[in-house]
Order: sequence, then structure tokens, then C-alpha cells
Amino acid sequence: MQDLLKFYELDEQGWSWSEEDCRNVWSTLNLIRAFEEKSVDVYKQGLMGGSLHPYIGQEAVAVGVGMLLQKTDYMTMTYRGRGHALAKGADPYKLFAEMMGREDGYCKGKGGPMHIASKEDGILGANGIVGAGIPIAVGGALTAKRKKNGQVAVTFFGDGATNQGAFHEALNLAAVLALPILFVCENNLYSEMTPIGDSVLNEHLAERGVAYRIPSIVVDGNDVRAVSEAAKWAVDRGRAGQGPTLIEAKTYRQLGHMYGDAETYRTKDEVEAWKQKDPLLLFRKTCIERGLLDEAALNELKQNVYTQIEEAYERAKESAEPKMEEIFTDVY
Amino acid sequence: MSTNRTITYAAALNEALREEMNRDEDVIILGEDIGDYGGVFNVTKGLIEEFGRERIIDTPISEAGFTGAGVGAAMTGLKPVVEIMWVDFTFVAMDQILNQAAKMSYMSGGQTSVPMVIRTQGGGGRGNAAQHSQSLEAIFAQVPGIKVVAPSTPYDAKGLLKQSIREGCPVMFLENKMLYSQKGEVPEEEYVIPLGVADIKRAGSDVTIVTLSRMVQFSLDAAEQLAQEGINAEVIDLRTIVPLDVDTVKQSVAKTNRLVIVQEAHRSYGWGAELAARIQEEAFDDLDSPVLRVATEDVPIPYNLKLEKETLPQVADIVREVKKALYRQ
Repeated sequence: MQDLLKFYELDEQGWSWSEEDCRNVWSTLNLIRAFEEKSVDVYKQGLMGGSLHPYIGQEAVAVGVGMLLQKTDYMTMTYRGRGHALAKGADPYKLFAEMMGREDGYCKGKGGPMHIASKEDGILGANGIVGAGIPIAVGGALTAKRKKNGQVAVTFFGDGATNQGAFHEALNLAAVLALPILFVCENNLYSEMTPIGDSVLNEHLAERGVAYRIPSIVVDGNDVRAVSEAAKWAVDRGRAGQGPTLIEAKTYRQLGHMYGDAETYRTKDEVEAWKQKDPLLLFRKTCIERGLLDEAALNELKQNVYTQIEEAYERAKESAEPKMEEIFTDVY
Repeated sequence: MSTNRTITYAAALNEALREEMNRDEDVIILGEDIGDYGGVFNVTKGLIEEFGRERIIDTPISEAGFTGAGVGAAMTGLKPVVEIMWVDFTFVAMDQILNQAAKMSYMSGGQTSVPMVIRTQGGGGRGNAAQHSQSLEAIFAQVPGIKVVAPSTPYDAKGLLKQSIREGCPVMFLENKMLYSQKGEVPEEEYVIPLGVADIKRAGSDVTIVTLSRMVQFSLDAAEQLAQEGINAEVIDLRTIVPLDVDTVKQSVAKTNRLVIVQEAHRSYGWGAELAARIQEEAFDDLDSPVLRVATEDVPIPYNLKLEKETLPQVADIVREVKKALYRQ
């Protein structure tokens, strides 16, 4: 049983991405970072309702997995899910419009940041209920298996979700039915405001996949290369009809659970230490050291993305509010 | 071709499932003991032999897990019929039913839909005690986004289930455990019954009785007794409470000027209260007496059969309340 649990170590010598791969990955990492930074700004300006749960610090997970997915693959994610949506090809303009509750938003302004969905991108939806998207993704995998079209389903969830019944029921069901699904647990060390170590005795949450006889991999979630290589194995397994895989990506939430979180549960030193392992910093360093992209190229790509995000935000801010008739549409 | 073929409520449901699965390859069934065993009430009997394990999927005892999988399958192109063995068990899957299935279309701005039917059964009368005897239809009706169906006859059960599978949105399909062996006429020819259309099961002029599910037969029996005393009751079977066919009730009340609501659910906060409110809001001037309710007492259902019977509505209770509405007591 123990051989179902794997600790993935990137083969530095064997690793090779093209310059094009690196440009894409670097751009997408920055796209998410820029979007999330701008979202905090939008929230501070009072242009959004509800709560904002930033993804900053975890971008390598969404990008590492997202780069392997087709638009036709199904995805569910959490209320921290704009990063996953962007990694799967979502349009920043429609995301900003949704965050600000506008009619051009993905959900016509009726879903908001916790309920982003994009049917055309295979994004079934973010979710406001911890763990609830996991069985829904299993349903996507059921469709993929029934239609025999080589599609896979991916579900992103946090460490806290692994204490929900929905997680356990979904894993067991996917294992028993041998469904093409990738369970991605982003262990950012905190379940909302509680350290995950206070909520579960397992050192590695991937052990919980093993309990259901699902091959489960622990990976450095801040290394986009490691995430992607591990996820590739898992996605290939799914496409080949070999059943589900679980990945536990060890990462860190650099901001609070939501904007305004007092963060009394951790020290500034701890946050600083993790910022030294920031996923963008790590990938930038790799690109330079391996001679794949130089400083100038990296900076230019980053600048392009920040400009793109600023433009998307400005356009979204000027877009129209939904009409009152929308209150009564889409109920059934 | 027989026009007066008689089959059971369970057999009618089985036919509906079989016909819809033959008509549409995307229809699948998920649930506990529904495959090899054929369902604890035999509703899915024989389907696994006909449609195979890819479409008739026996699940672990994981109502939240397989209901959630039904939601996801529905969002991605299948039309799942999820069987939850007892309505009382829906409580462990309620997040998937009321937070996920019911809200998905709206939250996504209409991008996604959840064409899923949850078949389950409720009601008392068999000494199944408090966790296996409830009538929970109003709970689902209180959350917008899911339709709620509760058929009383084999004919209605078949036509409403077929339509529910085609409805394109989440539907709670609430059967009644005491009705599975009841027989009724079901034609060989294909038919569907639209949701949201009440059925006048007995025409009358003195009082309107509105009810659904097992209480329809109780109300018809009460109407027969009342007829002996010269009281001509109209019995309306709502068949669905979401959508709620208030118009049919209003038309009847305009004629009878008296309304008695009979629900097997607990008295307080039920659909009967909602209907009573609607009638007093929209048809106050038609009423000659207060709207009365016959319902289960506000206690958990007791196990002892005599206590259970006393707790649930009976024919005599309906007769008594109708007379009260007519000031004949």
C-alpha cells in the first residue's frame, strides 16, 4: 500500500522546457499574480461585494496543472479560484466584470468571485462551500468515462477540504468507479484561520488518497516545474483510463484567508520565510540560471501582463450593471 | 392494445425509467442497491440487465458523494436519475441538493444547468419511526431552483417521472412508500404530464380539498363518506408543489368558497401554510370560512403503530375538518 504514496522530486538534469514553454508559464504566473494584486486593489476601493480570498503565493499549482489541460477537460475549484480560471484560459476582462458584478461578467454579475464558471473553458465552477466541488468534478469524470472522449476532470481544493465528508465520499466513489480525475489538494498550511496541523494528525494529506487506494503524490507546490511533471503523470493516467490520482501540492498562502484577515495565527517571520520561496521568484531564477530567458525578456513579459490586466480592469470598471430583469432569469 | 391496463405504482415508475433510457442514451441511474438488487422497492428491477453497469451504477452508501457526482454529470451532458433510498437520507446530501444543484444555473448566469432527477420516497404508515417516515417536500420547495413533484397514482407517477427527466433542471421526485404496490390504470401508449398542473381527482361543489401523494386517496375516501351526508367535495391533487398550480385551486374555491388542505407533512411551515397564505392573499373574497389544515402533528413520527396512526392524518380527520369548514359540526 505504501508504494501508492510517492514523494515527487524533480529530475533537474532530465528537466527540459522549451523557451516557448517558459515564456507561457512565466506569463501565466504573472497574469494570476497581477490579477490578484489588482483584485485586492478593487476590493479596497469598495468596487466589490462580499469577501475576497486572494490566491497570491499558490500560482505554481494552478499553472503547473492548468498547462496540461484542454478546454474540454472539466474543472472545479474553490472560492480562491480566479487563478485556476486564468490558468485554464479564462478572460481577465470577464473575470473582473464578474468580480464587480457587471453584466459582461462570466455569470452576468449574479455569481461573483466565489462562483466563477465558464462553460466554454470547461470551468464548471468555483464554490463557496469547502469541499463541495470535489464530488461535482467526479460527476464530470463520470461523463468523460461514459462518453469515452479522453477528457479528464480536475478538482482543486485546500487542505481544510480534506476534513469534509464530501472529499472522502468523492475519493472513494472515483476509486471504485475508476474515473479519470485528478484531485489536487493545495496544502497552504491553513484551513481558513486554523493551522492544518491542529485539524488532522496525518503529516501528509496525500495519505488520505492512499486510504482509498488512489495513487497519491506529494510535490513542492511552489515549483511550477515539479507540479507540472507530477500532474502530467496523473493526467496521462486519467486519459489512458487508469483511474484517479491525488496530488498534494505543499504551498503557502501569502495573504490572509480573506482580505482583512488579522492573521493572528502566524508570525511575520513565517510569512517572510515563505516569500523567499515564492513560486514566481523560483521560476524566474530557474529561467535565468538555465539560460532559458534573460532578465530583459522576463521583465518584458511581466510588463506586458501587468498592462493587459490594467486594461482589462479599466474596461470592466466602465462596463454596465446587469438589468433588473436578470433577477428572475436562470432560476431553473 | 389495452386501454385499461392496470399496473402498480412501482411498475409504472420502472416503465418510465426504461422508456426514457431507451429514448435518451444520456440518461443514467445512480444509487444504492439499484443495480443487481433492483432497488429496495423494485423500481429499478431489471434495468441493469437491459442497460448494463455503465448506465445503472450501484454506488457506495455515500449520498453526498453520488448526489454531487450526479450534479457534475448533469452539468457535463448526462441526465442522471439519482435514487436516494429514503427521503430522510437527503439530509446528508443537502449541500449538494440545495446549495449546488438548485443554485448552479443561477450562480453561473445560466451558463450551466443541472438536468437531474432525485428520486426518493417518504411518508409514514409502516412503523418505520422518526428517521424513515417523513414528508419533507416543503423543505426542498423553500429553496428556489429545484422543482418538487409528489405523484399519487401509477398514471401520474409514470407521466410525471418521464417529464421530470426531460425537464432540464433539478427535480425532487418524491414517491410514497405506501403507494408502490397500489394499482391503477396506465395506458400502453406513451404520454408525459407537465409539471405545475394540478389534477382534479374528484369534482365537487361544496368544499375544495387540496392534497397530494398518499393523502389523495385518503381525501377521496373522505369525500365518499361526506357524500353520504350530502356534502359534495372537490379533491384537487397538486401533483407538484414547485411549480404550484394556485390557479386551479382558486378556480375551485371560487366555486366552493371553502378550502381544506390535507398534507402528510408536519403541520407547521408546510406547503399547506404557503397555499393558505396565497389563497387568502389572492382569493380572500371567495372564502366563506377559514382555510383549514389537516396535517401530521408537530412531533417526530412515533414507532408504535397506534401512536403513528394517531399522529398522521386519517380519513376521519379530513371528514371532521371538512364539516368544520362547512359549519356542520
